[in-house]
Amino acid sequence: MSGFEFSQTAPSLETLRLRVTDRTAGAYVAFEGWVRDHNEGQQVLRLEYEAYEELGLREGERIIAEAAERYGVTRARCLHRLGELEIGDLAVWVGVSSAHRDEAFKACRYIIDEVKHRVPIWKKEHYVDGDSGWVNCERCAEKGSGSLLSGSGGSGFSRDSAAKNRG
Amino acid sequence: MPQIHIEYFAILREHVGKNAEELNTDATTAGALFDELDGRYNFPRMAGMKVAINAEFSDWDAALADGDSVVFIPPVAGG
Repeated sequence: MSGFEFSQTAPSLETLRLRVTDRTAGAYVAFEGWVRDHNEGQQVLRLEYEAYEELGLREGERIIAEAAERYGVTRARCLHRLGELEIGDLAVWVGVSSAHRDEAFKACRYIIDEVKHRVPIWKKEHYVDGDSGWVNCERCAEKGSGSLLSGSGGSGFSRDSAAKNRG
Repeated sequence: MPQIHIEYFAILREHVGKNAEELNTDATTAGALFDELDGRYNFPRMAGMKVAINAEFSDWDAALADGDSVVFIPPVAGG
């Protein structure tokens, strides 16, 4: 069974919970991320998740493996929804079981934080006022923050060359 | 001329208006390929764009080979 998965449909929480049950585990920590009705001052109506699934699954599995190795937990799983979601829907679930609670709390926190930063998932929010936007993408564009490319590459590929046609 | 498969996701997919394309290109690196396509499509400005080659994160100066699959990765927003 894979540690990280995408789902187009709403999962059963009981089914998810059973995936981390274990006779050696004395603690279970879960995180549920829900779709809320507002973000950064705008009223959200619904949203869509899209993923680059092939890389997303690989990166998600790496995160689960890192958490297991760092904290020595018994079982760890993560599921992320894709497609159209409504307010209140479960967007992401992380479940960790371990012998004792401390490592389960830490591993659960590690997994959700890393998933948010590393797994290629994009969120499009549809607002009450009829507008919509890709979270973390549109706002950067509006700011005109200059550099188009940055981050892990750190290569000689210059930001200037990427922006050369912009004038 | 090497043929590269490019897939688009999220804001880039909507901007370009297609999910994927095949491109015969002289670009020898992922960054040069991005430049070439930016010249054609005028991608939206975003800080923190990354790139994957054959479904693994890669450096912008990584070399491209015939048949490679490239994905430009806008800032992610899972969770």
